[in-house]
Amino acid sequence: MHIGVLALQGDFREHLAILRAVGLEVREVRTLAQLEGVDGLIIPGGESTTMAHLLMRNGLMESLRRRGRDGLPIYGTCAGMILLAQELEDDRPQERLNLMGVTVRRNAYGRQLDSFEADLQIKHIGAFHAVFIRAPKIVRVRPSVEILAEHDGTPVLVRQKNLLASSFHPELTGDSRVHQYFLEMVARR
Amino acid sequence: MEKLTGTFKVKSGLAEMLKGGVIMDVVDAEQAKIAEEAGAVAVMALERVPADIRAAGGVARMADPKKIKEIIEVVTIPVMAKCRIGHFAEAQILEALGVDYMDESEVLTPADPEFHVDKWRFRIPFVCGARDLPEACRRIAEGAAMIRTKGEAGTGNVIEAVRHMRTMNQQIRQVAQTPDEELVHLSKEWGAPVEVLKLIKETGRLPVVNFAAGGIATPADAALMMQLGCDGVFVGSGIFKSKDPDKRARAIVLATTHYNDPKILAEVSENLGEPMRGIDIAQLKSEELLQVRGN
Repeated sequence: MHIGVLALQGDFREHLAILRAVGLEVREVRTLAQLEGVDGLIIPGGESTTMAHLLMRNGLMESLRRRGRDGLPIYGTCAGMILLAQELEDDRPQERLNLMGVTVRRNAYGRQLDSFEADLQIKHIGAFHAVFIRAPKIVRVRPSVEILAEHDGTPVLVRQKNLLASSFHPELTGDSRVHQYFLEMVARR
Repeated sequence: MEKLTGTFKVKSGLAEMLKGGVIMDVVDAEQAKIAEEAGAVAVMALERVPADIRAAGGVARMADPKKIKEIIEVVTIPVMAKCRIGHFAEAQILEALGVDYMDESEVLTPADPEFHVDKWRFRIPFVCGARDLPEACRRIAEGAAMIRTKGEAGTGNVIEAVRHMRTMNQQIRQVAQTPDEELVHLSKEWGAPVEVLKLIKETGRLPVVNFAAGGIATPADAALMMQLGCDGVFVGSGIFKSKDPDKRARAIVLATTHYNDPKILAEVSENLGEPMRGIDIAQLKSEELLQVRGN
């Protein structure tokens, strides 16, 4: 199983470290060529505007969108979730992958002052300590989207077939269970 | 468990999200928008860029809150702002404004001759400059959640940033090889808290993100600092003191991502127009050096 981590910007190193710790072969993806042959892709946390800008430049955006539609398992954390979302509740347009039936509002939990840690209950996983950094908020989900975890009544981990997205950063806490859930999605495909 | 805010995890966590990115100095809303559209991961809101601070002389202070608010208003990326070394009241004001990161910076005129801000008291994270590992350790012990090289700001000359990064790398290697029983001695010799040295020995790296700053002016400079092991890049005067800021900003963003790919670096370095003029460090008088402020 070859898992790629989009390595244009953000905390891709933390994702790579978690995947390596569970014994996987991993690959940094910065170019179209590096995307070839991956069985699943993680889009890390970072700045979505920066990543979108870099994705647009070398054809990765279009190629990823196509592969996502064809069933490539993709997991987006934070900025990655914004890039996956079909709708942004925002006055500013931003290029995205447009794959997942969720509406997301950027920085909706507030500025850095409001970044927080909290304990969640995740379906199929159980109790999970989560870190939210200037997190995007899921404000609406389509019926095709399964909610796997909520915080204060708001979905924070969601799945739609081959796509997984979280407002929080499991890569920052060294707990690999959300990653393992994603790996099962890749394995069962 | 309740929501926990202002923890070291969320402070250092934001720095983790900025990795592989470029943080750009901006002096108004218009520049902030240009920076965001060019792909900056954050902007540093300032009254004047370092090159102009250098030229103007006098006392350099925290920016006008109105300016910072205007910049916060127009971008979705994080907004940072600088306070003077040791000026905890400026830091309190910046926290009240809701900036996302504070830079306790040698670029501004220091307010305290001996002490830095006690950064543990704040819920907003701090980045601090350092010339070597002991200095970085002291800032981390004071609560800094992110480190950057000091370099020599406002010169467009990368040599000091390189010197500081190489020094840190050498000293990290030294710590990694120091036997446990000698760490306390090293701590005393360096003036570096032993707890931080232990963390560095365990992991072989700084416990927080480390960016390059102070003199980066070209895509090649950014790639150089990234290849030396920096996690990302601050560009101060280098962008808005050049002929074509938008184009140069985009090129530096690309160079920071593709720092290991000389073909892309060659492509993005082409035809950028005049860079900022720059200063030979040897031409600066010792009292004109910003990097010696705060230790």
